[in-house]
Amino acid sequence: MLELYNGALDVAEILKRWYEEEAQSNYGAYIPFVGTVRSEDGIDGLSFDIYEPILNSWFDAWQEKAAKKGAVIKMAHSRGDVMLHESSYIAAVFSPKRRVALELIDEFVEDFKASAPIWKYDLIDGKRVYAKDRSTAIQGSGILGEKV
Amino acid sequence: MVKVEFLGPIQKDALELEITNLNQLAKILQEDKELQEWLLNSAVAVNDTLVSSLDHPLQSGDKVSLLPPVCGG
Repeated sequence: MLELYNGALDVAEILKRWYEEEAQSNYGAYIPFVGTVRSEDGIDGLSFDIYEPILNSWFDAWQEKAAKKGAVIKMAHSRGDVMLHESSYIAAVFSPKRRVALELIDEFVEDFKASAPIWKYDLIDGKRVYAKDRSTAIQGSGILGEKV
Repeated sequence: MVKVEFLGPIQKDALELEITNLNQLAKILQEDKELQEWLLNSAVAVNDTLVSSLDHPLQSGDKVSLLPPVCGG
């Protein structure tokens, strides 16, 4: 399940709802990761653009991978502005046993950072400044820059 | 016509081009000085599927997307 919201995430509502959705599913482990916007470098917050068609197919591929291990992944992310100390990202894995969930949440969040088509901007004095230095080129990038 | 769209921080309006493969697109976009850095670090999708080769054929109605470096979370 992939949920996108305009603005900050309601962390308590989402974690509680996900918990309740799977409370009777016989999963032994529920491992959430909650990303919170930190105060650093004088920013007022962060802002996000998302390209949904490819985000959806990327997420579906992960859900299939999780299903082969008997697990399920849930993810929520913000569009637009998210201010300091608010949350822009939650991912969670449910699985029968803890080891699968612990490993999957690690792999999933790392691949999310490297591959999910989401762009981050710092909010500074009311302006959006692309977080270029913290961004990662998607695997296979650069083909249009090749000599032709 | 093939539609070419520039995602995220690339500040450029979409283009409609008469092209039949990504090689032709590369040649056209490389003439735009403002795009040079983006061409070197952006991934390319055709109809929302990432591609890894310029030999990819294009047909009228296809959509090409440029995806610059990402940072979710």
